[in-house]
Amino acid sequence: MKAAQVIMETGTKAAALAVKSARVDVVPGYPITPQTSIMEAIAAMVENGELNARFIPVEGEHSVLAAAVAASATGARVFTATSANGLLYMHEVLHMASGGRLPVVMCNVNRGIFAPWTLWADHQDSFAQRDTGWIQYHCSSNQEVFNTILQAFRVAEQINIPVMVNFDGFAISHCLMPLTIPPQEDIDRFLPPHEPEWRLDPAHPSSFSNVTMAAEYAPFRQMLSDDIMASIPLVKQAAQEYQDITGMWDGDTIDTYRLEDAEVVAFAVNSMAAELRLSVDILREQGVKAGLLRPRLYLPFPTEDIIDALPQNAQVMVLDRNYNFGHPGGILASELKSVLYGRRNDITVKNRVIGIGGIDLTRRFMADEIRAMMDE
Amino acid sequence: MTTSIKKLPDIELVLSGNGACGGCPATMALRIVGKALGPNAIMLLTPSCSVASMGMTPKLGYNWPCINITFATAGSSSSGITHAVEIMKEKGRLQGELPTVFAWVGDGGTYDIGFQALSAAAERNDNFIFFCYNNEAYSNTGVQRSGATPRGAFTTTTPTGKRQPKKNMAQLMLEHNIPYVATATVAYPGDLYDKVVKAKNTPGMKYIEILAPCYLGWQFDMPDTVQMSRMAVRSGAWLLWEAENGKISFNNPSSLIINGKKGAAPVDEYVMKQGRFNRLLKSPDAASRIAEIQGDINRTIDFMRERAKITI
Repeated sequence: MKAAQVIMETGTKAAALAVKSARVDVVPGYPITPQTSIMEAIAAMVENGELNARFIPVEGEHSVLAAAVAASATGARVFTATSANGLLYMHEVLHMASGGRLPVVMCNVNRGIFAPWTLWADHQDSFAQRDTGWIQYHCSSNQEVFNTILQAFRVAEQINIPVMVNFDGFAISHCLMPLTIPPQEDIDRFLPPHEPEWRLDPAHPSSFSNVTMAAEYAPFRQMLSDDIMASIPLVKQAAQEYQDITGMWDGDTIDTYRLEDAEVVAFAVNSMAAELRLSVDILREQGVKAGLLRPRLYLPFPTEDIIDALPQNAQVMVLDRNYNFGHPGGILASELKSVLYGRRNDITVKNRVIGIGGIDLTRRFMADEIRAMMDE
Repeated sequence: MTTSIKKLPDIELVLSGNGACGGCPATMALRIVGKALGPNAIMLLTPSCSVASMGMTPKLGYNWPCINITFATAGSSSSGITHAVEIMKEKGRLQGELPTVFAWVGDGGTYDIGFQALSAAAERNDNFIFFCYNNEAYSNTGVQRSGATPRGAFTTTTPTGKRQPKKNMAQLMLEHNIPYVATATVAYPGDLYDKVVKAKNTPGMKYIEILAPCYLGWQFDMPDTVQMSRMAVRSGAWLLWEAENGKISFNNPSSLIINGKKGAAPVDEYVMKQGRFNRLLKSPDAASRIAEIQGDINRTIDFMRERAKITI
């Protein structure tokens, strides 16, 4: 049996290597910082024969996702990646992908959105796509990016819903971390070849996304809503089986740290949640019973797992790297409050918006923030 | 020799009972295209008359697998399909002959909202046929102006007649250095058939534009579609040509007009036959505005005659 390979790589290269491991067929792409190096790495692997796939250098993100959707409808396994305004430009086609029930997997490398111009990370871009019908993961390490892309393909192809894998620009995308690449035969065991039930096939002419009346349209939308909810057990199963095969675990719908006896719970996504583990340690040294709950899945929102995991009478400190315009604070806090209402009246939710446009979030800064929130 | 209409194959890919208007030129043209392509093809459409008329989900009036995709993306989506079938064939997941991939798009989806994606697909020389069925307006939404609407034509968004000339779209596609570009129209079905067969057998990107006189938008009598199409060609308002690897040749009867062997019919008769120019004819400056229309036609004839001389 072949051993896993351990290398030092960036987050974007980890994504590209996952695409290779997933034996993807078609990758349409367009450059945008900080995602660009994913496309560069894939283009290079296709050119040098490492990856037997088609790289299509499309002329803009709207067309990128349209090419991805059409290739997926043809029966191919399809990947692409984008960031920030690229993701916003795709918005119409995001709906086409989910409404069309096409299992495209896409990385979004989180970046603050224009205007004014910024290159650095916050989470306005992915959270702004909440209502597009995509399953959304948010990852906190290079290894998790690699692992999650493989899990995303499995879930997407099981339930015919596209999956977005989000991770922060620069803190993850451009930083080197150790990366374990499992043997290909293990990955092939975890992720079987894509065999769609339906595809554009001249032997079986049929129409796809044709005109419907309300009597057909409404059930299509209801099925999509139901199936997004039904993806939660598949997400858990994928994480479990990935662990069984590779020995690696990043959490399933949620990831927790020192949570069991916590009185103060930090609640955040992406790279800041990795840093928050260290903030939790600092707070514990200071005598605060702190813990961490990181939703790995943002959509569908892991309601039951969050409700089950939160300790009795905890104060939850939601650190949002985004704005919920029209409300004070951020989007995660709003989501959390809505699921706790009437179910966990013992929980107190406090919220701050921090780290916008890539402001550095150190363990000490966030530990101090949480202490300050305790006094509010 | 152009294939005679009597020699076209019997096969029908446009099935009876679809929802097109009587006398619909796009549907007539698609029928000829079907005879040339045969059943081993994948059809891509963007929201337009040909989607509205293909039948309600899950029924289908065209005997191909058909995908209706976002309006702006016929070019890029067709690229996605053609790369997918090619790589799946290479990997042994598709058996038999590669299907022909073709986009069937109106003038709005070609000249306007779809231009960027089409231009980029052409620059990449991706392997599919892009058909533009050009009825010179957004007919499906109730006749609004497009980049293909000729000067002087009334639409609901040009209530006193359009003030600008149309784009020379086929020539723009020619300048993308793609292996095959052609124009056609429904009055010349053999010419259209031959061009589609040629496109089917040419690897790379192919562009075929079909003038599709729409009785609703152009305001003429429903049975006169083919006659309008013929008048457009005879007046020189529509030129039949093709370019293989950048070398232009003109097809009959446009070749006679280009060569000067037969003068184009004056545009008046063609204009008078269509209600969309009615308000123009009633305006005090009717004479000068018809002269403008004639001027646009003459300029395009002169330009294409000269452009055809460039063969490098």
